Amino acid sequence: MVPGEVHAIVGENGAGKSTLMKILYGMLRPDEGTITVDGTVHEFKTPTDAIDVGIGMVHQHFMLADNFTVLENVVLGAEPRKGLSLDLAEGRRRIREISDTYGLDVDPDELVEDLGVGARQRVEILKVLYRGARILILDEPTAVLVPSEVTELFENLAELKQEGVTILFISHKLDEVLTVADSITVIRGGTTVTTVSPSEVTAQDLAELMVGSDLPTPETRESTVTDRVVLSTKGLEVRAVAGRPLISDVSFDIHAGEILGIAGVEGNGQTELIEAIIGVQELDEGHIELDGVDVTSWPTRRRREEGVGYIPQDRHRHGLLLDAPLWENVALGHQTVAPFTKGPWVDRKGARERTQEVVAAYDVRTPGIEVPAHALSGGNQQKLIVGREMEADAKVLIAAHPTRGVDVGAQAAIWDQLRAARSAGLATLLVSADLEELIGLSDRLLVIYRGRIVAELQPDEVTPEELGSYMTGARSAQEVQ
Amino acid sequence: MARRILLAVAAPVLAMAIALGVSSLVLIASDNSPLEIYRSMWSFGTQLNSIISMINRAVPYYLAGLAVAIGFKMNLFNIGVEGQYYFAALIAAIVGAAFTLPSVLHVLAILIIAMASGAFLAGIAGVLKATRGVNEVISTIMLNNIVLGGFGAWLLTRARYDDGSGSLQIATKPIAESGRIPNLNGWLEAIGIDVPAGARLTGFLLVAIVVGVIYYLIIWRSRFGFDLRASGMNPWAARSSGVDAKGMVVKAMLLSGGMAGLVGLSSVLVENGRFAGDFQTGIGFTGIAVALVGRNHPVGVALGALLWGFMERSAQRLDLEGVPKEIVVIMQGTIVLSVVVAYEVVRRARAAQQQREVSAQVDDERVADTSVGVPA
Repeated sequence: MVPGEVHAIVGENGAGKSTLMKILYGMLRPDEGTITVDGTVHEFKTPTDAIDVGIGMVHQHFMLADNFTVLENVVLGAEPRKGLSLDLAEGRRRIREISDTYGLDVDPDELVEDLGVGARQRVEILKVLYRGARILILDEPTAVLVPSEVTELFENLAELKQEGVTILFISHKLDEVLTVADSITVIRGGTTVTTVSPSEVTAQDLAELMVGSDLPTPETRESTVTDRVVLSTKGLEVRAVAGRPLISDVSFDIHAGEILGIAGVEGNGQTELIEAIIGVQELDEGHIELDGVDVTSWPTRRRREEGVGYIPQDRHRHGLLLDAPLWENVALGHQTVAPFTKGPWVDRKGARERTQEVVAAYDVRTPGIEVPAHALSGGNQQKLIVGREMEADAKVLIAAHPTRGVDVGAQAAIWDQLRAARSAGLATLLVSADLEELIGLSDRLLVIYRGRIVAELQPDEVTPEELGSYMTGARSAQEVQ
Repeated sequence: MARRILLAVAAPVLAMAIALGVSSLVLIASDNSPLEIYRSMWSFGTQLNSIISMINRAVPYYLAGLAVAIGFKMNLFNIGVEGQYYFAALIAAIVGAAFTLPSVLHVLAILIIAMASGAFLAGIAGVLKATRGVNEVISTIMLNNIVLGGFGAWLLTRARYDDGSGSLQIATKPIAESGRIPNLNGWLEAIGIDVPAGARLTGFLLVAIVVGVIYYLIIWRSRFGFDLRASGMNPWAARSSGVDAKGMVVKAMLLSGGMAGLVGLSSVLVENGRFAGDFQTGIGFTGIAVALVGRNHPVGVALGALLWGFMERSAQRLDLEGVPKEIVVIMQGTIVLSVVVAYEVVRRARAAQQQREVSAQVDDERVADTSVGVPA
């Protein structure tokens, strides 16, 4: 990489992008090979070593303390001192200086919790620049942004570039990579396939280099929507401890054979909505009906037994027992129903047989069903979760980001399975940050903004840009229809 | 399979080696010959009456270890086993002496009373955690202090029974013969083992074995155990899967406390027939060490308990060698520390190995996939 270059790394999941980044940032040590910065070979033992030579990392998930100001977040761990006391004035001055130099538009005295996602990302970038980084590693920076914010981010990157900052941009969104990068390195199976210039290739070429196959599209064909309502929510409201509503007046019906998409910038109430339907989040107002029966007072277990399937947004946190073997993971969430149980006992044989079926039918790449879940790659873990929910004969499926972090091949397979289940009569609530996925799969789209449903849209009439403007609150519901 | 067993055994063996190393250093520093001392401990510890003594010591350690292990299985740290078993043994001794029943029934009734008492005390901590979010470490320590620091002594004096022997020992009324568990010397004789004079193998061994089997079935084979282990491994995933998190905390604490309730009964029902002022304390804390060493597995905990019993028994020999027997405490401490470290090292090695195996497998398939379309 040369100074002032935006260099993109693309590759499917498990290709080694994260490993490469961890090595560059000193979180992992390479078995072989060297890293040269400005002509000197460096060996990073810890991230501190990497920071010392000017490498900074902007993580995909923000690492900011919400109740601190921007200033406090930025200086945390690198506090300017005057004698023994904290020199906040100096910190403020330097943040303003950096913000002005790179056009980041960050106010040091604002509270982080008041900032939007895009602004938080700029704070993250400022944080590493403050520590003297001249080489920025951005890990899937656009994953959490809506289209307009992506554009802003790219403008910021251009300014950084002009000031001579070198940027390593990790992504699997090929069109973005083509827009922003000066050169693109494709990796597959842990090795470099090639480095190309964006002017020479198309997204199609890149995809083929990444996986050796065509780009899948998530389009559903003819409608299978019936008029039988399976899941119905009426006036759902969840309030935070302080009384501020996290979701408010959320009402919708999902019919058998329908995929209802929920679009929204993350943190606008999707999590609360999903958890309320699953039953782990208590409702302050409203009712939930499953097949015409009021299930509002049912505990999670009963809802799941009666056919609520769940693909959680964070598979490690909510979907898997990482240290348990695959067959126990397939039983998870269905441990009280056949074939996973026999009276008060776990039916180990039944659970193992079902797991074999899931592994075979959903192409989970594993040497066996006794290996613990943490040994599988992210994509295979996701396939296992999708398989377990699909095989469980659910009436309703709550699918939150079903293809997040999985490679193109697995993504296509999961889309196919969602479509197949839909034609078999499954009612699906699809929550996703991937607008193409939402538009392509959904029969109907609801936009959630600050905990309220602000628009209902037809996926075949809406563009990602339009959808994005509803999601950021730039357009309101009144303009619809 | 062989590899898995090897990995499972690697950690405790490694820990033992480190512990022996450290103890040897201490012995050398205090001008003793480690080899000599170990040989002497070993030859004393493997005599028949030492083995019986080892088992007798191990039985309460085992039960305490299992009680702690139930908590560990769902990331609850029940430090209160100490107070729970003391409380339960005292209540069981007092109530058990107040009535008689046909023999087996009487014993069962006392076991149930003890388990209920232990469960009651642990349940307080469980309910506090589930309803008020009180950390169970804090609440069980406080309950320990309440029981050991005052309530127990008060209750014991209230229940003091004067047997007319003029003994200064404060003790409860003896439990009727029907409520006692005999020793197993008869069984040993029956299989041709000549029991040395004064040695008695505790009949509570049978209870411990049954409890070990029940523990295994509940934790590893039952639906309840699945929920419990799931809550321990990943509370959020367990909740999404339908586990009632708060209810689970209470149930796990009740179960752990119930198990703890049995710890002191070997002393009450087999050895003494009553609860006396010299009742052995500290077993609850030993249980924590034993559960750690045994990795919460019923067989592992049994081995840990036997190891502790062996070390304490053979330590008695050290006085004769002119070595302070506290050296054994150093060994025990080192074992616990090195076991925790060694398990973590082995766990990581294993995780890395499994990941390699899986990716090797996946790569092979991928090569096989692509080789179809790509001419060599």
